[in-house]
Amino acid sequence: MTPTPASFAAARSADANDVIAVSGQGDSAQRDRHSGPEDTDRRSRGARRMRPGRRGSGWRNAGWVLVFLLPSAVPLLLFTVIPMLASIWVSLTKWNLISAPTFVAFANYRRLLTDPATLDYFLHTGAYIVGYLPLVYIGGLSLAYVLDKKLVARSFFRAAVFLPVITSWVVVALVWQWLLNPAHGVVNTVLGALGLGQPGWWTDPDWAMPSIILASAWKDLGFVMVIMLAGLQSIPGDVQEAATVDGATGWQRFRRVTWPMLSPSTFFVVVISLINGLQVFDQVFVMTGGGPQGATQVVVGQIYNLTFRYGRAGDAAALSWILFVVILAITAGQLAGQRRWVTHA
Amino acid sequence: MKRTRTTLAVAAISGLALLLGACAQGSASRSGTSSQSSPAGDTSSSSSQSSSGSSSESSPAESSGSNAPADAVTGDVTYMEFSANGGHEADLKKIVDAFEAANPGIKVTVETLPYADYFTKLQTAIAGGTAADAFELDYQHFVSYSASGALAPLANVDPSPYKKSLIDGFNMGGKQFALPESFSDVVLFYNKDLFDKAGVAPPNANWTWADENAAAKKLTDKAKGIWGDYQPISYNEFYKVLAQNGGQFFNAAKTAATFASPQGIAAAHQLIDRSGTVMPTAADGAGTPDFDTNLFKSGKLAMWHTGIWMFAALANVPFNWDIVVEPGNTNKASAMFANSVAVSATSKNAAAAQKWLEFLTSSDAMVSARLASGWELPPISDATKLGAYLDQPKPANRKAVFDALDNAVLPPTIERQQEMQDAIDNALTGAAAGHTKIEDSLPAAEKMVTSLLGG
Repeated sequence: MTPTPASFAAARSADANDVIAVSGQGDSAQRDRHSGPEDTDRRSRGARRMRPGRRGSGWRNAGWVLVFLLPSAVPLLLFTVIPMLASIWVSLTKWNLISAPTFVAFANYRRLLTDPATLDYFLHTGAYIVGYLPLVYIGGLSLAYVLDKKLVARSFFRAAVFLPVITSWVVVALVWQWLLNPAHGVVNTVLGALGLGQPGWWTDPDWAMPSIILASAWKDLGFVMVIMLAGLQSIPGDVQEAATVDGATGWQRFRRVTWPMLSPSTFFVVVISLINGLQVFDQVFVMTGGGPQGATQVVVGQIYNLTFRYGRAGDAAALSWILFVVILAITAGQLAGQRRWVTHA
Repeated sequence: MKRTRTTLAVAAISGLALLLGACAQGSASRSGTSSQSSPAGDTSSSSSQSSSGSSSESSPAESSGSNAPADAVTGDVTYMEFSANGGHEADLKKIVDAFEAANPGIKVTVETLPYADYFTKLQTAIAGGTAADAFELDYQHFVSYSASGALAPLANVDPSPYKKSLIDGFNMGGKQFALPESFSDVVLFYNKDLFDKAGVAPPNANWTWADENAAAKKLTDKAKGIWGDYQPISYNEFYKVLAQNGGQFFNAAKTAATFASPQGIAAAHQLIDRSGTVMPTAADGAGTPDFDTNLFKSGKLAMWHTGIWMFAALANVPFNWDIVVEPGNTNKASAMFANSVAVSATSKNAAAAQKWLEFLTSSDAMVSARLASGWELPPISDATKLGAYLDQPKPANRKAVFDALDNAVLPPTIERQQEMQDAIDNALTGAAAGHTKIEDSLPAAEKMVTSLLGG
């Protein structure tokens, strides 16, 4: 009864405007019919089977297909595709959102790419990912491993771990801001009672990013857990049995059998987490607003500032496209590398 | 088969109609005139007019041509503002009610937002074509909004009811883009009981930074959670302490920032050096909303640099407090803030909007509502009307509000205001937290602000 990763891809892509998730939406219907994430390479075969020519009625049904597509195609066009294309034009202009835009060609790109601050925004985003990804992956995998075992009230624990995933980011960020309050927060009270140091958390430039990472990892742990759990459950029992018969120890079974067979799930988690990590915004906006002194200003946060605080929509659009190229390059690299380390059952 | 095809056609057409309707609506609300020729544009523009409540006979062109008396302007006006937020909503309502009673044909709908979110919302509303007919602007943001063409020039404004310096401040190139709405200044609030308990003489108008700092040291009692002083470490304080120290923010031609001069560095030190010793730090909660208000109200803050708009919030505190003109250093300087109100360049109801704004900024109803509630001061020229303000019981030294105006400094403004303020805020708070040295961060901010002057 656990949701499949494919349905998550569809659900997540609804609010993300990244290319990967959008393209994933199309094939999610096909993937849903299969059992799990290990089907990535069967997708093309599935698509071939789907070809409508078989019944010879492709064009007769085209009208109906159009009607059924309209409810999702119209909003997609109006609110995603057209604004996306329009932002290319905006990125070539100087526009304060109030007066008419003036065409400046590539001046925005040139300014952003030569501004050392731009690199800082990407480095802050990178620091977030470097802290967040291992934490959420190892944590999620461990939780999945435990919750895969036969436990009392297993469903309750699974639901409890998943609960933060469906909670609003603003609420989570405010709760964590309160937990990590340097003066009266629960965390510092406990640390103080234990005689440990009490960091300034989100008020201290060195600790602000770790604060955000902590909150983010806590919130997304359940998501990774569910994916890894689905992966674990799709590993056939006989493979494990065979390994046991061959005399593999518990650790060896995990390292040589379970973990490699989880690689499609791992791949999915890494791709989605990287894309989401590069687009990190909500928690930063609520917890630190990019501060203190810009120490947590991430790329999307700066895009927000440029547009809504500084009235520089052209620069903001250009920075969006720079981010798009970076995400595209990283994801393309991952897809290319997939062949080498992802094992398909 | 035929049936299905008809159903299909109907479905497709209704889908298309929906889509077109949505498009027409969008364009109509963006620019009211361009879509009026098409039939779809007509219907949607009239529907958007009725939803925003304005009727066609109230457009400025037609009202001037009508045979009714000149003051029979009618229609509905939307008004967006921030200064009533946090305690003065009812006072604004009084002014609205008085206006509507005097102008039965005009209905004013007020939308109040907190200052922190106000300009983001305003900018987005203007860009989206959904700005209110009239809105409030503080002096800092007036320049960027008038320069970008978001404001409609006001016609035939009678300047006589207004203080001359104030109405001139909102005049750009001979055009009156906004009316002064109110003004206020920053004074030093102090908790008299804490001074008495510590045996420190209360502040007076002749105090300098040295007097303030020495008193703050004596008053601070960290064991009891009592802080001696609080002055926000921000742009809005910095330009003032700079002036108190005889520094200049820009050069005379306003082609370069000059605030990192030796006077500027010393001024910045006056702000940041108290942080953590006699003044709560960011980690203590400083900078979070209402932190300083709550600290002072709970009797744990001896001196507090804040605006006179706080009088009403302190009406019922259980200790004695008073105000005094802020201490200076080589010079005396007090921060003065002025708010203004303007008509949106895209308002379809500009005549009625201007009429409301004139009432809001110069009527006796406004004067009495402001004076009675200890709100920001009315921008009027007739000083005799301000007498009622001095008669209010608390604080006793109300005269300081007007004394402070003798050495008032206005915030420096440029077109890229927010970027400038962020640069200075970051330079100051980074140094206050000990992460940078002000000798490095302030010159860097100065360079950055100079580059912003180019536009």
